[in-house]
Amino acid sequence: MYQYDEYDQKIVEERAKQFGGQVDRRMSGSIEELEFKPLRLQNGLYMQLHAYMLRVAIPYGLLSSKQLRMLAHIARTYDKSYGHFTTRQNLQYNWPALENVPKILECLASVQMHAIQTSGNCVRNVTSDHFAGVAADELEDPRPWAELIRQWSTFHPEFAALPRKFKIAVGASPAEDRAAVRFHDIGVFVTENERGERGFEVLVGGGMGRTPHIAPVIGKFVARQDLLSYLEAVLRVYNAYGRRDNIYKARIKILVHALGVEAFRAKVEEEWLQIKDGPLQLTETEIARVVNDFAPPAYEKLPAATALLSSFVLGKDRALGRFVKNNVATHKQPGYVAVTVSLKERDIPPGDMTDYQMDRFAELADRFSFAELRVTHTQNLVLADVKASDLPALHSELAALGLATPNANKITDLIACPGLDYCALANARSIPVALEIMQRFEDIDYQNDLGEISVKISGCINACGHHHVGHIGILGIDKQGEEFYQLMLGGAPGHDASIGEILGRAFPRTEIVPAMEKVLAHYLAVRQAPDERFIDVVRRTGLAPFKEAVYGPAPGSQKKPAQETVHADH
Amino acid sequence: MRIIKNARTGVDRSAQARIEDDAWSHVADDAEVPAQGDVIVGLARYRELRATFAKRAGKVGVRVHSNQEAKELADLTAELPLIAIEFPNFKDGRGYTTARLLRERFAFKGELRAIGDVMRDQLFYMTRCGFDAFELKSTKSLDEALGAFSEYSVTYQGAADDPRPLFRRRAQAVR
Repeated sequence: MYQYDEYDQKIVEERAKQFGGQVDRRMSGSIEELEFKPLRLQNGLYMQLHAYMLRVAIPYGLLSSKQLRMLAHIARTYDKSYGHFTTRQNLQYNWPALENVPKILECLASVQMHAIQTSGNCVRNVTSDHFAGVAADELEDPRPWAELIRQWSTFHPEFAALPRKFKIAVGASPAEDRAAVRFHDIGVFVTENERGERGFEVLVGGGMGRTPHIAPVIGKFVARQDLLSYLEAVLRVYNAYGRRDNIYKARIKILVHALGVEAFRAKVEEEWLQIKDGPLQLTETEIARVVNDFAPPAYEKLPAATALLSSFVLGKDRALGRFVKNNVATHKQPGYVAVTVSLKERDIPPGDMTDYQMDRFAELADRFSFAELRVTHTQNLVLADVKASDLPALHSELAALGLATPNANKITDLIACPGLDYCALANARSIPVALEIMQRFEDIDYQNDLGEISVKISGCINACGHHHVGHIGILGIDKQGEEFYQLMLGGAPGHDASIGEILGRAFPRTEIVPAMEKVLAHYLAVRQAPDERFIDVVRRTGLAPFKEAVYGPAPGSQKKPAQETVHADH
Repeated sequence: MRIIKNARTGVDRSAQARIEDDAWSHVADDAEVPAQGDVIVGLARYRELRATFAKRAGKVGVRVHSNQEAKELADLTAELPLIAIEFPNFKDGRGYTTARLLRERFAFKGELRAIGDVMRDQLFYMTRCGFDAFELKSTKSLDEALGAFSEYSVTYQGAADDPRPLFRRRAQAVR
């Protein structure tokens, strides 16, 4: 993984010191909360319902075991002994005291980490594919590019007060997009042109929130050395022309939509031509320097894992068999696999991990996966470089920690925002709904029968729980002080991106999970084969039959033609 | 009024940051321009009275709003001694782009002044974008604010103060 040199290290150390000064000025009363707020927000420190929340950046979700141990130490020393992994591959602490935050930042800096720009109207932490570097289907490892973007965007002096927050994701697999790249302010795909040269397809203006958009392609082919100048041009156009009069219309997706793709592209290209051959042009030396840090680990030469894996799947140890079947993914390197470690254990809020689990998990990463791990945007962890022959040993260690739930990509592998239990913006709670779903559908045979299905829950329209792109999306709303939930079907975050549609009237808290059960029963009844996935059926039939299954036949209405969901063009 | 000034480029700008009495006065858009003294007027007024100002005793600088773009000043950068960019509130970051373009694209060499909702913790970004004079919203702790310029010794990006991003400086550094 990327190793800080003295420059990178200096920046995070100076940041800790600077924020310490800002906290001192706040504590001594020399600045008011009103002035302090924009300062703390550039550093991931939010005021939540009950306490401050500190969001720690985990660039593209990659952590060393040493870093995870430090996160455990911080949870134990300065918080309530747990942390929460988020849908943006970050980690949140829910209960830090303000005066301890500078000390936490020092701890983070000591392991090459920080909380810079994890909130505020600036470029946020860059996200990527959690199987980057090991996926057989990728063109190349996208993480060096994500790291170059991280450095370019860190304390960018021109873009510290954008109209609104700004999120960038990088992917490199033509077959599968595992980072919801099309739903970012800027999505970058590594691509190849007709001459076989590597470069980038740059998409701009995706997002969720109250107006979900699938990002259109703005830069069809941006050469490798031009990546940063192209991004700078996009940001400069946004900074100059993005709306600042209405917070709900301030994201770049609104600007792209208002100008139209052609006009927006013309503005970007006009600006880009002025700077593309300037000092921001990447040098081969710099690209090589960063790529070199992501060189593959020292793999052993092993035979292909296929036979071994099927022997586990079909073997006597049923727990291991289920785990291997659902949570183990193929790998570039023969004999190795990538293991998804689910943080969706029954009765635990999705994404939460205790300090004890973190410490023990760091040991497992040392023992089984070259001392590294990844955080996924679905709030799970991944050990990406595990020898297939180590799976039985790893599985039994994980089971002892409550981390062997074999539910990857199944209905209980849901994601949920913190909701009204923590968040000041929420209209409804998310976590209790998530916990109820995990209980109701706990039976693993039923989960396997349902197959691949994603449930995503947000407690308000800001959509931190990504409800727009869940095969099943649940959105919490407030109706005269009571929590209600809307059910949405047909969303997908990947290359086949689509935005879910609302099924019908919202349900009170006690009725949302029963309504989901009706949806699932209908799916099982009408699917044409066991491998016709839930999302396939929704796309084939439209929402109408599901609506009837949930709400009963609409009185006096004739059957409506099936509705099409919106698909991305790829 | 007292303002903060700093050098535009140079390795150790923090050592050159200083507090000065302001020699300029702002003339509101609806107020009369005094016959003497150095004044800062709105862009529309400047264009209207440009010929008269050329003969005036005392310098005339221009003030722009956050929604006015650098290119609107393209033909004036050679003659203006001062451009003041207004930050109506700290959340409005358009002035950073305007400043960089004035310095880097339109070769403005005069004083570039940040006015409006200007606070200590924006000074570092502002100085990187090409500002060299700062009217802080509150002048009660100007001495303390001078410390803002020395909080970072390393920056990743090239900007108006040094066009080279860190990756070009890294390559040139003796390692």
